[in-house]
Amino acid sequence: MAKMYHREKSIQLKSSASALYNNLSVLRLAPRSLTHFAVVHANVVNLVSASWDGLNYSHRQLQSKEGNMATSSSLIMQAAWCVLPSRDLLVVASQKGIQMFESDGSIMVYWHALDTPETPTAKAIFARGIAAVKDKYICVGVSSGAVLVFDIPSKGSNITLSEVLEEHTEAVTDIGLECSGSAEYIADMVSADDSGLLCVWKSEGDFQLLNKIPGFDISCSSVKLWKGMVIAAYGTGQIRLYEGVTGILHAEINAHTRWIYSLDIAPFTGLLLSAAEDSFVRVWHLNTVPENNSVEIEHLYNECVTDTQICGAKFCDGDGYAFAVTGYDLSEIIRYTQA
Amino acid sequence: MSTRTLPLVFINLGGEMLYILDQRLRAQNIPTDKAKKVMNDIITTMFNKKFLEELFKPQELYSKKALRTVFDRLAHASIMRLNQASMDKLYDLMTMAFKYQVLLCPRPKDILLVTFNHMDAIKEFVRDTPSILSQVDETYRQLIQIYTPLSCGEFQLIRQTLLIFFQDMHIRVSIFLKDKVQNSNGRFVLPTSGPLPYGTHSPGLIRMFSCNGEEVKRLQFRDGGNYTAALREGSFELFGDRVIKLGTNMYSVSRPVETHMSGTSKISSQRTKVNTIPNPLAKEELNLLAKLMGGLEIRKPSNTDSGFRVNLFATDEEEEEALISRPAELSYGVINIQATKDSQANAELVKIMGEFTESEEPVPSSSSKGDDLLAMMDGL
Repeated sequence: MAKMYHREKSIQLKSSASALYNNLSVLRLAPRSLTHFAVVHANVVNLVSASWDGLNYSHRQLQSKEGNMATSSSLIMQAAWCVLPSRDLLVVASQKGIQMFESDGSIMVYWHALDTPETPTAKAIFARGIAAVKDKYICVGVSSGAVLVFDIPSKGSNITLSEVLEEHTEAVTDIGLECSGSAEYIADMVSADDSGLLCVWKSEGDFQLLNKIPGFDISCSSVKLWKGMVIAAYGTGQIRLYEGVTGILHAEINAHTRWIYSLDIAPFTGLLLSAAEDSFVRVWHLNTVPENNSVEIEHLYNECVTDTQICGAKFCDGDGYAFAVTGYDLSEIIRYTQA
Repeated sequence: MSTRTLPLVFINLGGEMLYILDQRLRAQNIPTDKAKKVMNDIITTMFNKKFLEELFKPQELYSKKALRTVFDRLAHASIMRLNQASMDKLYDLMTMAFKYQVLLCPRPKDILLVTFNHMDAIKEFVRDTPSILSQVDETYRQLIQIYTPLSCGEFQLIRQTLLIFFQDMHIRVSIFLKDKVQNSNGRFVLPTSGPLPYGTHSPGLIRMFSCNGEEVKRLQFRDGGNYTAALREGSFELFGDRVIKLGTNMYSVSRPVETHMSGTSKISSQRTKVNTIPNPLAKEELNLLAKLMGGLEIRKPSNTDSGFRVNLFATDEEEEEALISRPAELSYGVINIQATKDSQANAELVKIMGEFTESEEPVPSSSSKGDDLLAMMDGL
């Protein structure tokens, strides 16, 4: 196989990445402008801004500081940027609640506390799974299975919890939004949980459940929605592709040998990135065939990040020209670009 | 994150400690009856009913310091003594071994099989002493009852919590370096060959389906690994073959206990700095510690028992050298700062311990026990 991507100079982090699903978020502001990276280390979010030529970096670290400082600082489950038409926000989901920052991490604009009991319960409490949906919503999953829908004004801090979606009974793992950029698809969002259940939603006024795709008692750790198609990755190392609205299974890939931690899709080209604890990153090509309502999949590329349990992998652009990878205990972001 | 991690940390680290001590007791030709007494005393203390009650309560995995203090106490639960350098080394070996097991276990759920391997070995250590054996079996049943119903997602959360706990620890261990499972930079080798995790399909197959569920196309791809079929699933019962070997005793007379401590890799310099500013966690930590220690009943060696010292190094000179040359960032001795300097937390601890002894059934030495705990913490 011809080498499709080659390794670039890594970006150093102030502290190593923790083993958490989807532990890398990438925000590209504009072509030839800055790229922002966010990686969680225990109770800290490492933010790095890189110039487009990869020559200049600036670092910032966010602590999970909550309203009540008398209690311990909590562990963070995920940090991700949410891109809305009017503004970009950095959302941090932790054991104690949900924090929303201006995209550079400078100002916290909103804090939502989770209901945590005085003495710890057998079932852990945390928020996990972050996505911006449509023009003004940010959805965040919770360990109870609820999906919290926040209404985001175009500016200011008057953010409100507008809806709580209660269809999952297990902890939410990830939330994906329709990323093709096209309005022709009915489904806007898909949420996944620890039992592998997928809920497909549309948001017109209120959120409406379109379909429930049952799981197989194995966690779905990462989920994407592209051209109406749900792409879901599981603890078995498999990737499944479903038609969101009907739940029809289009394809199944025996992709990895251990838990998949991250999926990403390059919406303009249909390139799919998958990365797992087995130290492999794989690139696939998806092609929807509207004539017979099917999808074609091609495997394009493997990269073995030696001795690294990968916890985050994201394309750095909409075409899939470059991607970035993080791994447990690794204090760098490894970058690859097309040869 | 997961509130179910502390019992697993304690049992697995405790198990590793027993493997190492067993090997050192043999290597130093300690008389069988004394060696046996040490092992029995430590296991009795580990599986103390009251202590385990505290341990099994849902709780956060607070701190490395608190846990280190508990193990310090546990290692000295008998007539054997370890000095600072040997204790540091013992703890390094225990933690790196368990980190390796957590990182390498094929499925998150297999952490339980790793724990069972330790439990099986502990039972073997006390097989001649029915009273201790039944104590261990009681904990075994508790483990099975609490952990076997958990979902794979909950096990993954346990595993992720443990990995955060062990994050940035890259101490090089001789036995791992020799076996080529650890690199010279302290990172563990992750194989891309060998048996697949149980229930995992061999990678390399893409199947596509029509709208009515028929398979219409099948493609193969090269996965870049060299995997073999999964082994059968290990037993999650009280008795049985665990199948996986992680968590079994890797030491023997021909594979002695050794560490490489000096010249730690570049990575270790990036380890998280211990926070020196007053920490709101301190209270919770001391609280946890006091609760745990309250349950650790240490039997003072009587006059008829003669104590002895065990060395984790080949010679006393080496041990002395290790204490002096130990990199500051690897120092564990942090508890004493909080116990002595933070007077508010100190007072709090005394109060907590006061509550403890009151709630206990009257024990003749209840007050001296509290003093003892503080004295021990100051002495660290």
